[in-house]
Amino acid sequence: MSTTAATGALKERTSVRPARILLHVFLAGTALAWLAPMLWALYAALRPYGETSTKGYVSWPDRLSLDNFTNAFTQSDMTHYFVNTLVIAVPAVLLTLFLSSMVAFYVSRFDFRVNLALLLVFTAGNLLPQQVIITPLYRMYLLIDLPGITMSGKLYDSALGLVLIHVAFQSGFCAFVLANYMRSLPHELTEAALVDGASVWRLYWQIVLPLCRPAMAALATLLSIWIYNDFFWALVLISTGENMPITSALNNLSGQYFTDPNLVAAGALLTAIPTLIVYFLLQRQFVSGLTLGANKG
Amino acid sequence: MSTDINAKSSEAAAVPLPSGRPPENKRVPQGHRRLLTRRDRVTLAFMAGVPTVLHVALVWFTALASIALAFTTWDGIGFDSIKWVGLDNFKELFSTNPQFWPAVEHNIVWFVVLILIPTPLGLFLAVQLDKKIRFSRVYQTAFFLPVVMSLAVIGFVWQLVYNPDTGLINSVIGANKPGHYIDWIGDPDLNLWAVLVAASWRHAGYMMILYLAGLKGVDPSLREASSLDGANEWQTFKNVIFPTLRPTNTIVLVVTIIEALRAFDLVWVFNGGAQGTELLSILVTDNIVGESSRIGYGSAIAVVLLLISLVVIIPYLVSTFRKERQA
Repeated sequence: MSTTAATGALKERTSVRPARILLHVFLAGTALAWLAPMLWALYAALRPYGETSTKGYVSWPDRLSLDNFTNAFTQSDMTHYFVNTLVIAVPAVLLTLFLSSMVAFYVSRFDFRVNLALLLVFTAGNLLPQQVIITPLYRMYLLIDLPGITMSGKLYDSALGLVLIHVAFQSGFCAFVLANYMRSLPHELTEAALVDGASVWRLYWQIVLPLCRPAMAALATLLSIWIYNDFFWALVLISTGENMPITSALNNLSGQYFTDPNLVAAGALLTAIPTLIVYFLLQRQFVSGLTLGANKG
Repeated sequence: MSTDINAKSSEAAAVPLPSGRPPENKRVPQGHRRLLTRRDRVTLAFMAGVPTVLHVALVWFTALASIALAFTTWDGIGFDSIKWVGLDNFKELFSTNPQFWPAVEHNIVWFVVLILIPTPLGLFLAVQLDKKIRFSRVYQTAFFLPVVMSLAVIGFVWQLVYNPDTGLINSVIGANKPGHYIDWIGDPDLNLWAVLVAASWRHAGYMMILYLAGLKGVDPSLREASSLDGANEWQTFKNVIFPTLRPTNTIVLVVTIIEALRAFDLVWVFNGGAQGTELLSILVTDNIVGESSRIGYGSAIAVVLLLISLVVIIPYLVSTFRKERQA
C-alpha cells in the first residue's frame, strides 16, 4: 500500500477505491465517537444550568453562552491555580532536563564501570508505580523542616516538594532516552575536543547538549504535559487548597459546585486547554518524544 | 599519549594529569578517559552524583523504606513508636482485609481489559492510518486527544456521560427517571466497567501512536514483496507486518501492565475507589490521606504492588540492557 512505485499507485487507484471510501466512513465515524465525550462536555458547558435542569440535558438549546466558562474562571480563582502549576512545572521541566542530560552524558560518553548500573537505577526507578514510594516520601516530607524557605516551613505542602519529586521521578525516563540519543552521536566529536584540551564541562555544554536539541525539545513537551497533568503527587503532598496546582484544584471546584455540573464541565475544559494548546503547537515533538523511549526497547 | 596533551590539559585545569590508569582496567579506553584532568573527574562526579543522589533519595530510598516499614506498625508520630511486627501486616492483609483481594482482582481485570480491547483497537487504527490516506492527521488527533489530557479531567468529563439523572447515556436510553436509574458510578457491578470504558478510551490512542511509530519502521520492500507474492492485506499483516512489530509489542505489553498497576486518578475522581472499584494504588493512598494513618499497613500494600511491578520491570530491563550492551 505504501509503495511509491507507479504500479503500486496504479493498483491503488483502480481496485481499492470503494474500500478507501468505506475506510474513511469508518474512521470518521470512530473519530467522532471518540470525540463525543469531549463534545458532550462542551455542549453542557455552553448551556446555563437553569435551562438544562428544566429541559434536560438532551434537548435543543435556547441559548448558548460562555457564561459558565467566565464564571468558573472568576469564581474559582483559576488564574491563581494556573500560576501554582507554572511555578511547579517550569522549574521541574528545566531541572529534569538539566540533571538527566548530565547523567546521560556521563553514562554515554565515558566507559566507567558503574555506567550500566547507574542507567539501570534510573530506568527502573521510573517504572515503579508512584504508590510504592508515597508513604515514606510523605513522612519524609513532613520531617524535613525548611523554615523561611517554603510557606509551610516544611517540604510537605510546598511547590518545592512537588518540583523535587517530579524531577527525581521523571529524570529516570529522560536519562534513559537521552543516554540512547547521546550514544548515537559519533565518538570522534568529543574525542577530538578532549584531545584539544577542552574540559568535560565544555564537551557537555557546548558540543553534546546542542546536538541533543531535538530530543530535548521532544522531552520538554512530554514532560510539560505530564507534570501539568499530575494529580497524584499534588493530592498527597499538598494539603492547603491555596497551594494546589490546577488539576487537583479542579477536584475542589467540583466539590464546591457539584450542584452545577455545567459549571464543573466548563472548569474541566478550561483545565485541559493549556495541554491542548501545547499539543497542537508541538504535536510533532510530543509524538516523537513518546516514541523515542519506545523505539529503543 | 603524548606530553603535549598532558601539557594542554594541565594548562586548562592547572592540575597535572594522573599518570597512567589503574592497572586492573584492561579495557580499551572509550571517550579517552586518560585525558581527563582531576578537575574533569570532579566535574563528572558532580554531574552524575547530584542527579543520582536526588533520584536515589526520593525514589529508591523510599521504596526500600516501604519494604522496611511493611514489617512494622507506626502511627507516624515520633520514631520511637515504630514497632517491629514481622509478617502481621501481610497476614492481616491476606486474610481479613475485605478490600485487598478485590483490589488485586481489579488490577488484573484492568490489565486484561486494556490488553484485549483498546490495544488491538489501537493497532487496528494504526494499520489503517498508516495507509497514507487523506485526513490521517485529523483522525490521529481525534484518537490521540484523550492521551494529552489529565486523567483527572477525563474523570470529570466521563462523569457527565455517566451521571444517573443528567448524564448522556441515561438521558439517551431514558433511564434517567427516579426509580429507573442505572447508576453507572454507584453500582458495584457496573462501576468498574464504566471506569474501564473511560480508561480504554484513553489507552487506545496511546497504543495507536506507539504502533504507528513501529509501523514507520517496517521496511516497505517487505510489503511490496508480499503483495507481489499475491498475499492479501490480512495475510500480509499477519505474516509480514505483525512479526516485525515485535519490539513494539514488547513495549506495548510493558506499558500496559505498568498502566494497569498505576491506575489511580480516574478511579479517585470517579468514586474514590468505593465498592466495586478498589485498586491497590487506592488502598495505599487511603492510608495516607484518609483518617487512619496506618503506615506499616499501607506500606505492606505498597510492597505487594512493588513485587508485582518487579515481575514486569526486571525481565524488561534485563532484555533491554542486554541488547544495549551488545549494541
